[in-house]
Amino acid sequence: MSYWSYPSQGGRRVNKALMTYLIWPVVKFSIAFIIVQVIVAAMNWVERRLLGLFQARLGPNRVGYKGLLQIIADPIKFLLKEDIVPSSSEKVAYFLGPVLPLIPAFIVFCLIPYGPPPTFTVTRVNVGLLLILALTSTAVYGIILGGWASNNKYSLMGGLRSAAQMVSYEVPFGLSIVGVLMITGSLDLVTIVRYQEVNAWNFIPQIVACFIFLVSMNAENNRTPFDLPEAESELVAGYHTEYSAMKFAFFMLGEYSMMIVNSCLIVTLFFGGWTLGMFGVGLTTDVLRGMGMLGGLLGAAIFFVKVMMFLLMYVWFRATFPRFRFDQLMDLGWKFMIPLALANIFVTGIFILAGQERLMYWIGIGTIALTAFYLFKPKRPAAKQKVAHAS
Amino acid sequence: MFDVHEMEVNFGPQHPSTHGVLRVLLRIDGERIIDAKPIIGYLHRGTEKLFEHMAYPQCIPHTDRMDYVASATNNLGFVETVEKLMGITANIPRRAQLMRVMLSELQRISSHLLWLATHAIDLGAMTPFFYTFREREQVLDFFEAYCGARLTLNCMRIGGMPDDLPHGWLEDVEAFVDKFEACVDEYESLLTNNRIWKKRTIGIGVLSPEDAIDWGITGPPLRGSGVEWDLRRAQPYECYPELQFEIPVGKNGDTYDRYLVRMEEMRQSTRILKQCFPLVRATPEGDIKAKISKVIRPPEGEVYHSIESPKGELGYYIVSDGKTQNAYRCHVRPPSFVNLQALPAMARGHLVSDLVALIGTIDIVLGEVDR
Repeated sequence: MSYWSYPSQGGRRVNKALMTYLIWPVVKFSIAFIIVQVIVAAMNWVERRLLGLFQARLGPNRVGYKGLLQIIADPIKFLLKEDIVPSSSEKVAYFLGPVLPLIPAFIVFCLIPYGPPPTFTVTRVNVGLLLILALTSTAVYGIILGGWASNNKYSLMGGLRSAAQMVSYEVPFGLSIVGVLMITGSLDLVTIVRYQEVNAWNFIPQIVACFIFLVSMNAENNRTPFDLPEAESELVAGYHTEYSAMKFAFFMLGEYSMMIVNSCLIVTLFFGGWTLGMFGVGLTTDVLRGMGMLGGLLGAAIFFVKVMMFLLMYVWFRATFPRFRFDQLMDLGWKFMIPLALANIFVTGIFILAGQERLMYWIGIGTIALTAFYLFKPKRPAAKQKVAHAS
Repeated sequence: MFDVHEMEVNFGPQHPSTHGVLRVLLRIDGERIIDAKPIIGYLHRGTEKLFEHMAYPQCIPHTDRMDYVASATNNLGFVETVEKLMGITANIPRRAQLMRVMLSELQRISSHLLWLATHAIDLGAMTPFFYTFREREQVLDFFEAYCGARLTLNCMRIGGMPDDLPHGWLEDVEAFVDKFEACVDEYESLLTNNRIWKKRTIGIGVLSPEDAIDWGITGPPLRGSGVEWDLRRAQPYECYPELQFEIPVGKNGDTYDRYLVRMEEMRQSTRILKQCFPLVRATPEGDIKAKISKVIRPPEGEVYHSIESPKGELGYYIVSDGKTQNAYRCHVRPPSFVNLQALPAMARGHLVSDLVALIGTIDIVLGEVDR
């Protein structure tokens, strides 16, 4: 007669608490973590293949089917490479550099609701959004430390650029979320998603905030067109010039993890999280719950598909844009994004005070329609005579 | 010597965007450039001295190695100079002249494509690189079909051309030229109206026409400043006088204008090529060499002759003593070397990121700078 088969009343309570607060969260976190890490690895392959498609070439296609084993081959290569530590580097900081960005990036995966709660959320924190913002903003320290500790002028410049950039873009990043908070009235990610399924997805009333969030999450991740900290054609490789082997891979892992975190955030905040419905119609949380475990998995699948969309958007941006210059980046952040975000908060506040939240939907839909019209209208004939023809 | 906040950085010689082994000694305040000093000579091979110890025909392969992305024009400049020294410029058969023009214009296209690729990738736009290389590859295939080499062509001889065009070559080039203008439009669709591209290039490295002339700048950088100076028009050689083409000039003399000028030059090159096809077909096959003696021994004298290479005025100055088969002295005026001298003046006050754009916009090849 074992403890597990016939638990006593007290044992059952302890057991239940243990299960609820430790075992299940750890199991769920592990599963989510493994899935996310697989996505990180796969993302590398997806990015290279997709860039190949964009750029009229093939991309990796030698290792395994369509180069899929590249996902495994890359880490193996990183592990086997010689790990060079510059003799003039600041050892402790040099080792901390690649590790620091990883820790917050991994912890944040506990806080994201992947599917209908409670099964598909690891932990539900009522200030989840604040916690995520706090954690992600620490990622910059690793880059600054790494850039400074390498004792290389290019790394230092990369680290400084990154510090200025990430601190500046943290502000519009945070401000763009405020509009969402004002509408939904909660910092809890689950509540935010459930608000969106009975009303419209937040990107409609908060289209401006969504745009700001999209741009500043690109800047937060140092991705093109904001990849100045590592700008390979200017600063060689920026803050990770002196890093090799697995330490370099850690930087990459941190960057890609943060990309996924930010994509998860934009999906949760603006694009309805795991749901596929608005105004209570469609695949809402209740419908998914009604389908049992299958519905939960379906919700998680919807969530990851949406996240993949934004990851692909990163790749698309990378294939399209040139790089900003440092001062232009700062101008864009401080002179355009932050005033715009503040104006958005102001306007949202007015609408909420006036009790005219539905009016924002029409404004959002109008903005989207106008943008679509501008983007897809028949192309003007290209202005060819840009240069004067003497002779 | 330095303020506390100033820093000295070696930009190169091992740097991804110095296009070779250029070293720029930078004094920067934060990211702002206080002074930039190009230090050259890492690729010096003494080509000019080598020319004094080789017979004239033996020099031609060495001219390939100067501007190694535009070797056809280097060949052209050298053989024309020797021909001028020998006084046989008028004897070159028409077919050979047209072939030289065609190879030069193809070379101009391929050189400008490489420039666009590297310039764009320096400014962070990686996709144009692959698009331009797709077309450049085809141009190099034409070179390979003609002379067997893709980069160091060695495709001209004193007095004419080594071989006639292979069968079907003209048709292949014609098919390429027909679709090439659409390709230029494609590159432009990625960059010309891109706001980030404009931000990175407009107003960067402005050269006034007077400054440009004072620095001795030639080629697209000079035309970008609004000076209409193209040696194909100003000092015509081969059969350029009878070909219709326009000389694009910029207005503001900044990086963006130089970019536009080069894009337009690619279009003009296709225009020249299109005019060449019927002219070549009208000439008798096999008539590609002037009758000259096997031993090339020009009379005593000196001559300077220059052509419009993709990068600017490429000049050769050759002194012959009239007794030997070697040049007594050969001096090369490479466009990259002269254009590079304006870099400090252009870079001062800009940011480090702009230096990359400036090196790209001057379009240097270090093989030519150092010789």
